[in-house]
Amino acid sequence: MELFANQVLAGIATGAIYACMALAVVMIYQAIDHLNFAQGEMAMFSTFVSWQLMQWGVPYWGAFVLTVAFSFVAGIIIERLLFKPLAKAPILTNVAGFIALYAIINSVAGLIWDFTIKQYPTPFGSSPFLGSQLISTHQAGMIGITLLMLLLLFFFFRFTRVGLAMRAAASLPESARLVGINTSWMIALGWGMASAIGSIAGMMIAPVVFLEPNMMLGVLIYGFAAAVLGGLSSPFGAVMGGFLVGIFENLVGTYIPGVGNELKLPIALALIIVVLVVKPAGLFGRAIVKRV
Amino acid sequence: MTAMLNVKDLRAYYGQVQALHGLSFSLNEGSLTTLLGANGAGKTTTLRAICNMVRSTGAIEFEGKPIGTRSTENVVRLGIAHVPQGRGTFTNMTVEENLQLGAISRSDKGAIGSDIERMYEHFPVLKQRYTQQAGTLSGGEQQMLAVARALMLRPRLMLLDEPSFGLAPLIVRDLFRILGKINREEKVTILVVEQNAQLALELADQAYVIETGRIVMSGNAKDIANNEDVRKSYLGY
Repeated sequence: MELFANQVLAGIATGAIYACMALAVVMIYQAIDHLNFAQGEMAMFSTFVSWQLMQWGVPYWGAFVLTVAFSFVAGIIIERLLFKPLAKAPILTNVAGFIALYAIINSVAGLIWDFTIKQYPTPFGSSPFLGSQLISTHQAGMIGITLLMLLLLFFFFRFTRVGLAMRAAASLPESARLVGINTSWMIALGWGMASAIGSIAGMMIAPVVFLEPNMMLGVLIYGFAAAVLGGLSSPFGAVMGGFLVGIFENLVGTYIPGVGNELKLPIALALIIVVLVVKPAGLFGRAIVKRV
Repeated sequence: MTAMLNVKDLRAYYGQVQALHGLSFSLNEGSLTTLLGANGAGKTTTLRAICNMVRSTGAIEFEGKPIGTRSTENVVRLGIAHVPQGRGTFTNMTVEENLQLGAISRSDKGAIGSDIERMYEHFPVLKQRYTQQAGTLSGGEQQMLAVARALMLRPRLMLLDEPSFGLAPLIVRDLFRILGKINREEKVTILVVEQNAQLALELADQAYVIETGRIVMSGNAKDIANNEDVRKSYLGY
């Protein structure tokens, strides 16, 4: 029983990271109808930036805030330079753009910081959380930060005018323009926010997977799995999907003999396929009701 | 009376296909004008061209300022509200959020709440449903919501694209009565595109008839309604 509770809690902790990545993916998907394959690399680059800042002597939380701000601006710049010109291009052109971005960021990070694995600090420590052996303080911190961020996002989208405008621009761009919303900038803002959310995910997971240019590949695939499981049309679903994938991964790895660490990733991919076959809109995806 | 909107030699294109062939017309401030014509005559295209939602050439002036090169959202921000064909309702948002969105480009945030109350007075049915998802409203209710959303901009000019489309005759009458009231009481200049010529001519004071992208007739709405030749050849009733 102790093992079960332990695995579920650990699953929720890593699931929190998947939830962040899924949320970032869904935000961009809602804005431009494409999956951002470079989301993980953007997060990895941001994490390196925070590491560099700490190497220069900036304290953890200072580096954290600066990195989130940097990622927000960088996300907007990437959208303006690369994806705004591609807005009306065919889907394959966009896919090529994402893959190019992936390769560029990955190589540039390797060039600047090389490919050796680096230790990354945790601000929460790694002692047992509240004296219990179930999860560590870092895992608890990961869950806490994620939940706080989700809460802030919920309030932003639900109760602010900019949040409302962003939702309008994502759901019906033409109608949004007809009420005076600059939809192009709303997309850029979505990129900035997705990039900032990704950077938080990167900084939270880095102490677990260690810092190196390929650290986010697996995480991003889990993030995609989570987004598909929850439904690409639903930010809430993406978050729930993240937690479910995290728990699922841990339980399968623990209780199904022979799965172990090596087969966890293929199982996440199998999950994507099964969900797409059985319920294409995802668990929480909205079946759109229309009346004419 | 001064012209609020002046359109000269408007030509519009969908790809290689030309949809408007040099349209010229003007709207007087405070007027209620209708643009009539059969399917495919270019009515919708004319409205879309005013809001720069289709490639067009020619001169469009609003209150003396050329607006032909402005982006759609910047045309709207001048006070031109456009109720598009199909209503453009944000179906997955609540009625109240739809109204909030209508006012999203306004800077006087304090007055938005009282404007929403005013919309509920014009359209009581919306008040009963303000927390409901807009997609669950009936067609008539969605059209009321679309008009209310446009009014939340506090527009100087309102463009309506076939507001009667798909609605029961009784609801159309109700809607047109409200449009007349808005035109008189709130001094909103209105341009309404219609296929339901009879009803539109009753409501409007000015009318233009277009056919295959050209204006073939213009004048006082009553005169056009009384002219049997025009009715038979262009309006079909």
